[in-house]
Amino acid sequence: MVPEEAVEEKVELDRTATRGDLRTPPGANAESLQELDDARRAMRRTRVIPCLLLRNHGFVKTVGFKNPTYLGDPVNIVKIFNDKEADELVILDITATPQGKGPNFDLLADIASECFMPLGYGGGVSTTEEIRKLFHLGFEKVVLNTAAFEKPDLVREAAELVGSQSVVVSIDCKHRAFRGVEVVTRCGKRRTKKSPVDAARAMVELGAGEILLNSVDRDGSMKGYDLDVIRNVSAAVNVPVVACGGAGSVADLASAVSDGGAAAVSAGSLFVFQGRHRAVLINMPSGDEFHEGGVR
Amino acid sequence: MIVVIDYGTANTQSIANMIKKAGGRAKVSSESADIECAEKLILPGVGAFDHGMSRLEELELLPTLHREVIDHGKPILGICLGMQLLTRGSEEGSREGLGWIDADTRRFDIENRDERLTVPHMGWNVARPRCRDDLFAGNDDLPRFYFVHSYHCVCDDESTVLATSLHGYEFVCAVRRGNVFGTQFHPEKSHRFGLRLLRNFVEAA
Repeated sequence: MVPEEAVEEKVELDRTATRGDLRTPPGANAESLQELDDARRAMRRTRVIPCLLLRNHGFVKTVGFKNPTYLGDPVNIVKIFNDKEADELVILDITATPQGKGPNFDLLADIASECFMPLGYGGGVSTTEEIRKLFHLGFEKVVLNTAAFEKPDLVREAAELVGSQSVVVSIDCKHRAFRGVEVVTRCGKRRTKKSPVDAARAMVELGAGEILLNSVDRDGSMKGYDLDVIRNVSAAVNVPVVACGGAGSVADLASAVSDGGAAAVSAGSLFVFQGRHRAVLINMPSGDEFHEGGVR
Repeated sequence: MIVVIDYGTANTQSIANMIKKAGGRAKVSSESADIECAEKLILPGVGAFDHGMSRLEELELLPTLHREVIDHGKPILGICLGMQLLTRGSEEGSREGLGWIDADTRRFDIENRDERLTVPHMGWNVARPRCRDDLFAGNDDLPRFYFVHSYHCVCDDESTVLATSLHGYEFVCAVRRGNVFGTQFHPEKSHRFGLRLLRNFVEAA
């Protein structure tokens, strides 16, 4: 307990002091601060986010945004990531936009009911009403891609509705011969003629609080992230950049942060395939394994 | 039956989902009648302080809440903005809060402290329980929870502080005064750590 004088002084400060004087909660002491600081430092700060692709009613994994391999029932797979205590999950419906459909809310409700971690959704979201519905179901991040480029006002409206921290814009990148890297939409099918850096800056300006930076070329390749693009985009914006597309090992995750400057890492194949023949097996290294592999 | 009070854009359903997982029965509702029948209440919340208070007022829930929580001693757990609404008021707005916890809600003041620290404080963080409260019983010594917030509570009295966390400085992340509980973090999004905490709330007498 704090001495009585200190409490009295505190009450006095409540009325007169500026914010800065009230930062420390009453009774905070060096020992508890040290304990919290040690624990916080020991805790991995880089988020590792499994990225799961929804195709009709099942999860799939693609290569180069094509050739989907069926993985299994979404609810069962989400349960496994739940048991493995994933930091958060992102679910992208890759058929919604091409088929001109909105989110499959019934299925998403089933998924959310088994998911006790932060959860993001993207795919076919084009109105604030859909975003409201997603959040009501238990999602706390919305991932905008095609709609963000075709009607940018949606990014601003989404940020006003749910706050920038909950609005993720996914930027899909593709190498073009002689033209550098170009941003594509509509599941990689439509070209935008924008560079990833310009697109990321514009989206942050509109209110995006996070950039999910994906690579069509690296998707499913497990050959490592496109570190150049990650480095350029991370340096250009002041919101978290999540590297996605190409991770084949824990070392790849680590390099996206140490070499690429990404704030967080996402991967698909790494967590759903096992071995040379890409046998479907949901797996995720433990927190300690990430830590030892350099993901700090 | 635990009623999760639905008064806006909060993700009420994920709280109800985890209550069920914790062995309780949950109903999402904004009806006074349900709040009166409930054994316990959860006040969730996402968004701005004034908007939250205005919504409770528009739905005419304030008299019912005061009667059930203060007069009848019904347990209530405020989560995130829901915890902030339990205080006297917030720097975020000008409206009076519920005032059930002797505390003020203040914005994180960490400018120029560490460039890696951001507001909102978002992500997983450790919490350090201050006392052996039932809410933290059976949990890890330093449980991990998921946070998303730009404001935090500053309590007058240390005895209301259940747990603290660190983000630039030590701040209060869980409070209790009698039957009124609050967590700044989201137990419903915090795996087994949050499940344990909500189970404790469900099972508390």
